[in-house]
Amino acid sequence: MSPRPGFVLEVDGSTPPTLFWNGEGYVLEKLPEGTRVVYAPEPHKALEDPVTAIRHALEHPLGDSPPLSALLFSGMRLTICFDDVSLPLPPMQSPDVRQLVIEAVLDAAAAAGVDDVVLVAALALHRRMTEPELRHALGDRIYEAFAPGGLLTQHDAEDPDNLIHLGVTDRGEDVELNKRAATSDLLVYVNITLVTMDGGHKSVATGLASYRSLRHHHNPQTMTHSKSFMDAPASELHSSNWRMGQLIKDSGVKVFQIETTLNTDTFPSQFAFLQKREWEWSLRDRSTFAASSAALARTPNRLARQIFHNIKAPHAMTSVQAGEVEAVHARSTANVWAQQGVAVEGQSDVLTMGLPYICPYNVNSIMNPILVACLGLGYFFNLYRGKPLVREGGVLILRHPTPPAFHPGHHPSYIDFYEQVLSQTTDPMEMSKHFEESFATDPWYIHLYRTGHAYHGVHPFYMWYWCAHALEHLGRVIVVGGDPKAVRRLGFAPASTLNDALEMATDVVGPSPSITHLHAPPILMADVQ
Amino acid sequence: MNTLVFERNLARFAAARVVSSFGSGRGAGVSPLRLVDGEAPELPGEGWHRVQPILSGICGSDLSTLDGRSSRYFEALVSFPFVPGHEIVGCVQDNATSASGEPIPAEGRVVIEPVLSCRARRISPLCPACAEGLTGDCERVAFGHIRPGLQTGFCADTGGGWSAAGLVAHESQLYAVPDELTDQDAVTVEPLACALHAALAAGLRETDVVAVIGAGTLGLLTVAAISYLGSTGRAAVPEALLVGARYAHQRKWAEELGATLALDSTQLARAVRRRRHTMAVGSESVDRLSGGADVVFDCVGSADSIEQALAMVRARGRVVLVGMPGAIRVDLAPLWHREVTLLGAYAYGTERVADARVRTFDLAIELAGALHTGRLVSATYPLDRFEEAVGHAGAAGRRGSVKVAFDLTQSTKGRPR
Repeated sequence: MSPRPGFVLEVDGSTPPTLFWNGEGYVLEKLPEGTRVVYAPEPHKALEDPVTAIRHALEHPLGDSPPLSALLFSGMRLTICFDDVSLPLPPMQSPDVRQLVIEAVLDAAAAAGVDDVVLVAALALHRRMTEPELRHALGDRIYEAFAPGGLLTQHDAEDPDNLIHLGVTDRGEDVELNKRAATSDLLVYVNITLVTMDGGHKSVATGLASYRSLRHHHNPQTMTHSKSFMDAPASELHSSNWRMGQLIKDSGVKVFQIETTLNTDTFPSQFAFLQKREWEWSLRDRSTFAASSAALARTPNRLARQIFHNIKAPHAMTSVQAGEVEAVHARSTANVWAQQGVAVEGQSDVLTMGLPYICPYNVNSIMNPILVACLGLGYFFNLYRGKPLVREGGVLILRHPTPPAFHPGHHPSYIDFYEQVLSQTTDPMEMSKHFEESFATDPWYIHLYRTGHAYHGVHPFYMWYWCAHALEHLGRVIVVGGDPKAVRRLGFAPASTLNDALEMATDVVGPSPSITHLHAPPILMADVQ
Repeated sequence: MNTLVFERNLARFAAARVVSSFGSGRGAGVSPLRLVDGEAPELPGEGWHRVQPILSGICGSDLSTLDGRSSRYFEALVSFPFVPGHEIVGCVQDNATSASGEPIPAEGRVVIEPVLSCRARRISPLCPACAEGLTGDCERVAFGHIRPGLQTGFCADTGGGWSAAGLVAHESQLYAVPDELTDQDAVTVEPLACALHAALAAGLRETDVVAVIGAGTLGLLTVAAISYLGSTGRAAVPEALLVGARYAHQRKWAEELGATLALDSTQLARAVRRRRHTMAVGSESVDRLSGGADVVFDCVGSADSIEQALAMVRARGRVVLVGMPGAIRVDLAPLWHREVTLLGAYAYGTERVADARVRTFDLAIELAGALHTGRLVSATYPLDRFEEAVGHAGAAGRRGSVKVAFDLTQSTKGRPR
């Protein structure tokens, strides 16, 4: 039986309460009658033999690229770059698709007699991956073969000796990349296109870039002109990356892009209810929900966080394509839309969503208030094509505990951003003008980024910039169940209950508002007509 | 008339020390402080005048004394029994002359510069410090024709502000209060003078990053002093004035009074580090900086605050002790290693401001009028509710307050206002 497509339910008197994620936990909420609930499509069927599919893709490239084997030769410098720990979400059960793809590439390289091979985790300004994270993404065999000899590296955007300035686009955008990757005879990029924003020229132009380069598209102006950045043709973020991609190509950097897509099988069987529609919950699902909710309510936050971050998703690969960047990405994007797309008719006055425990930047870490904002206003709000799910001037209601807690090792500059920037302004333009450079060039943050496991000093700004489009679009943001001080610091309004929040929303959008609930994860993309 | 008297009583002193360990100000009831029916002290001689106090503040050094935690260093510099209260606005009872020689009519409002220096003690010739106008540094505060007492409020012969019977003050201590100052403004003049003295002693430069630890009355007034001196061109405006405050209302006040950024005390070192782009020494915490602030004002005076100051000041920087410290244990290794100057800032006297000499109290009166610092007076109490008043002062931050004072015009049981 083929998987069912996405679905928009209209709540009526017989609709059971709806699941809302709430950080390291979840709750059931009774939504008002007439509310639309948007559900993700069911997981698409996985490729039956992913290894064969990968090998087939490498030898049957898309676009004007020769097969991989034709690009490999003895004596060449080969650099294989791969997406970092921010993908996929949650981390997938072993073997990770990156492992499968890189093993195939390495087999092809070995067959061609290629000796000089270096792996690069495409961190951009993200934190360095830990050994267990690298082992999980690549498998022990690759890790043991490359790491001891220093051939498994992580992109260092602050290493002047390993950056190369390739030039400036016709819009004045600097393109500065990882030197090893850019000067290799072949750069193979291994990607996971979890959402349509991922991949394409963004893989290399962002993942292997420096601050000097990234600042041209990671800024408030670009973000407010990306409507949404999940929809490349309407995204200035992507336009900038595409211009850079063209310059990279024109500079003679040879990129062989390998993109994979995953299905929406997000949670293991013990949490199966999390990706089911509530009226289809079995007795077992209801029991699991009740038991796990009760247990989580008594579990210390730290332990609850640990439990959730140990979840490995049963994501399965639905497609793999390789070759020329744009041709590959077009196919990946189509596949992601096929899996995640849900047609939705029109906008509503209010959009509600429950935010889970994880976003791309707190894997094995803490979801701090800035990341809560980013997940809600940056990522989930932008899961649309056409128009946002909520009308301009409408209200976004998030559910998350929003504790003012930070991982001091992963997010040192976030702490200072929260205390020293958000306390003075929540305006992306203002903070960009007055604070960004100071954070970006701070030597302590740079030291921690390069030697520890810290996100770059400028990263919290980027997280806030992700929110820029939503901040401009929305009339108010309300956080249900959030720490009131933290919520206010973000510039949002706290509410104790969903009913309170809906009542507060009427101050902005008027009485009897239309409401849409985004039932994610699993991830879905709303195609709003 | 109601008068609070502090007596030498070691048993009560010890009891206050024990009780105050549960919170500053809680030991007032068991401390050597007693409410008595007192009389105004005798005039010690020529140049002395009776002053009827209107408001008299409760300051950190008072609390320290009542908590049984003040340094034994002061034992020889006070005389018992004394009437506390050295932050005083009151009325002179007869025609008087001010410290600057101006006449003050009977019933005129005055603030008292409480240091009992050579002039008040009828000492001639003046000690070298007094000869320079640096009365806060007077060498003779335990000598002369009145008993020892470094200030009014610590001397058995002068009385103090916590008495409805009044006190006596020497004309060298009197400053007329301009009409535009409220009584509340005027009662902040003494701590303002301390703050101005500290701000000027630090010799700030335009390139300085300045940190202020603590945002009680003294911390907030230090912020006000630094900002005011800068805005009136009498001192440099530092590049950044960062304030660590434990309570939200203190942060709000600090920013209103001129702080560049006021943040939770635990975040101050982080803010200094970021402003200076220096490094944090250690692992993930920011307890110690490799560089740091040019000047740190410690407006608390505890071992923790001094260690915090030493951890966030740059090499060859200055730590100014504004809050009164006691007998404490502090690791001075960073002071030695980083060649830090530890600078005491006690009281006031004469300041050199833009090549002119000016009395600190004159500056403080000007500032109190300009900023209406009386806004910081959160509550006043009659003397017979002294336990509540002292308890409130000891918990001022926690209770959303700043300055607590006695209202000597309230007969008996008024409500705090």
